[in-house]
Amino acid sequence: MHAPEPTLFGLLAEFDTPQALVDAANAARVKGFKVMDGYSPFPVEGLREALGKPRTLMPVLIFCGGLTGCFTAFVLQTFTSGGHPTEWDAYVPQWFNYRLNIAGRPFFSWPAFVPAMFELTILFSAFTALFGMLLLNGYPRLHHPLFEVKEFLRASSDRFFLCIEATDPLFDIDETYAFMKHLNPISLSEVPQ
Amino acid sequence: MATKEVVKKEPDEESLFTGTYSFTTVTSKINDIVLGPTSKGWVFGFLASFMVLQALLMALTWLLYEGIGTWGVNVPVGWGFDIINFVWWIGIGHAGTLISAILLLFHQKWRTSINRFAEAMTLFAVACAGIYPLAHMGRPWFFYWLLPYPSTMQLWPQFRSPLIWDVFAVSTYLTVSLLFWYTGLIPDLSSMRDRAKNRWVRMIYGVLSLGWRGAATHWHRYETIYLLLAGLSTPLVLSVHTIVSFDFAVGNVPGWHATIFPPYFVAGAVFSGFAMVVTLAVPVRVIYGLKDFITDKHLDNMARVMLATGLMVFYGYGVEAFMAYYSGSPDEQGLFLKNRAFGPYGVFYWLLILCNGIIPQLLWFKFFRTNIPSLFAISIVINIGMWLERFVILMSLQRIPWQSSTWGQYSPTIWDITTYVGTFGLFFTLLFLFMRLVPMISAFEMKHMMPESHTHAPGTHAGDKH
Repeated sequence: MHAPEPTLFGLLAEFDTPQALVDAANAARVKGFKVMDGYSPFPVEGLREALGKPRTLMPVLIFCGGLTGCFTAFVLQTFTSGGHPTEWDAYVPQWFNYRLNIAGRPFFSWPAFVPAMFELTILFSAFTALFGMLLLNGYPRLHHPLFEVKEFLRASSDRFFLCIEATDPLFDIDETYAFMKHLNPISLSEVPQ
Repeated sequence: MATKEVVKKEPDEESLFTGTYSFTTVTSKINDIVLGPTSKGWVFGFLASFMVLQALLMALTWLLYEGIGTWGVNVPVGWGFDIINFVWWIGIGHAGTLISAILLLFHQKWRTSINRFAEAMTLFAVACAGIYPLAHMGRPWFFYWLLPYPSTMQLWPQFRSPLIWDVFAVSTYLTVSLLFWYTGLIPDLSSMRDRAKNRWVRMIYGVLSLGWRGAATHWHRYETIYLLLAGLSTPLVLSVHTIVSFDFAVGNVPGWHATIFPPYFVAGAVFSGFAMVVTLAVPVRVIYGLKDFITDKHLDNMARVMLATGLMVFYGYGVEAFMAYYSGSPDEQGLFLKNRAFGPYGVFYWLLILCNGIIPQLLWFKFFRTNIPSLFAISIVINIGMWLERFVILMSLQRIPWQSSTWGQYSPTIWDITTYVGTFGLFFTLLFLFMRLVPMISAFEMKHMMPESHTHAPGTHAGDKH
């Protein structure tokens, strides 16, 4: 065994059906590879499990984003127009407090605050969803070593790829190459770093 | 590996996808519309829309120069064409969210080929809608007074007012629709990047796709948030038109102060939105040769949704009439009989019943749902009917306020009409740009829907579907 070449990002195998990719990913996981990923033009069911990747925490993040929005709207409306107990006067700046007497209704008429709370809950959740997903995925990243491989152009159209990266502890250029050749890919390429 | 999978087809799967396609041909068919040469028809359509857009700019310029007096609004009718058209456009937008979000949650596969288009329609319709309240302010450059910000006047918005709720609802709706639409576009933009021959085109799509490379871990997060965005958009779309209806229902004007308003407005919005999707989809699928993807089955399904929501709207009209009678209030009864149904605008009321109540009943018959010219005609009739509905709701009440000394009439001026026509210019200009610049059908979701995309875990039968 010799150390992986530092100029190599990994080995990339190309398949023509999603099933072939899932089977290859399964074989690689069983073999013990960890630092690898599958690439496909659309989400392939079962591929994440086959690669042994964990479930995402996005739903938890989005829930927290939604709570933040709800809380923000409630606090904003309560402190600006809801009035506040006199003992808070020392802590809440005067300019922030603008009590509006609308037809003698209570200052803290919280049911009327619900629409804005609801809308901000949705808004903050949606921002968390898109930007959280992009951030966790590492985007924007306009260039990537994989784009150096000519075959990879079809990863967004009609081909399916498995890339075992050189940083995997089991990675060995010759043995891994032989293992991936055994998976019957259409093509097998070295990805330069 | 190469064994042919036997995948059980669901009964309607075939009619959603006619013709023989592989992953390769689906991609090229959808993307080549954008990457191919500009057609003469597109140039003609774009220029025609762009000319109509100039009418909007002219009308708005005149409005800013001269003031709101150029419109027909005055005392007693303060809400004229501007609010009618605002509600009409925003209602049209709702079908886009319904198709992309609610039908996704219900696993309605037929949404896939029309969702991108419908979402674009939502964005552009909301953009058109937004112009009206902004222009109606009189001094639109002070629009930020609506937002909660620490001003030197130490003044905050009146959070108990439906008009402020509207600001929150409509701006959230526009933002979330944009995020949802862009999220759906990212994978297809990356496909455009990889297929483009021209260096500049490749760079532009490359930047827009943020470098998307379709990794399994990325797809997993992507699918999770796409579903959650759909789940968030669903209550959002219902809340938006509910809050729009609060603009009317929270006041104490007879005929507006009704609990039926929120559901009746939401149903009306979906009704008119689906009519607009049909109006747009029928010509587009012919011009761009997309009949294999937007099939007769899709149009049939949309006609069914139109029929269902049309019945809800018709029920709303019935409830309005019944509640006027049942309230025992002479104001409500007089309003309905002497003003709405048999008053000076009575002809519009009966036209509305004809357009929204009677003619859509034809959709019970399969012939009218599958005969494309007649479906197209019905969809246009519904668009007109929904405009009349907003006209009747607004006009028949405002012209007779509590004091008879201030009763009056409303008639739109040439500038009201120019503004309305001009928003069509804006809508179609944006729509033509959309059709030229991004794939109008979600290619990755179409591929995901194909039977060839289904996989099975090792050790299970080849025919199993997950």
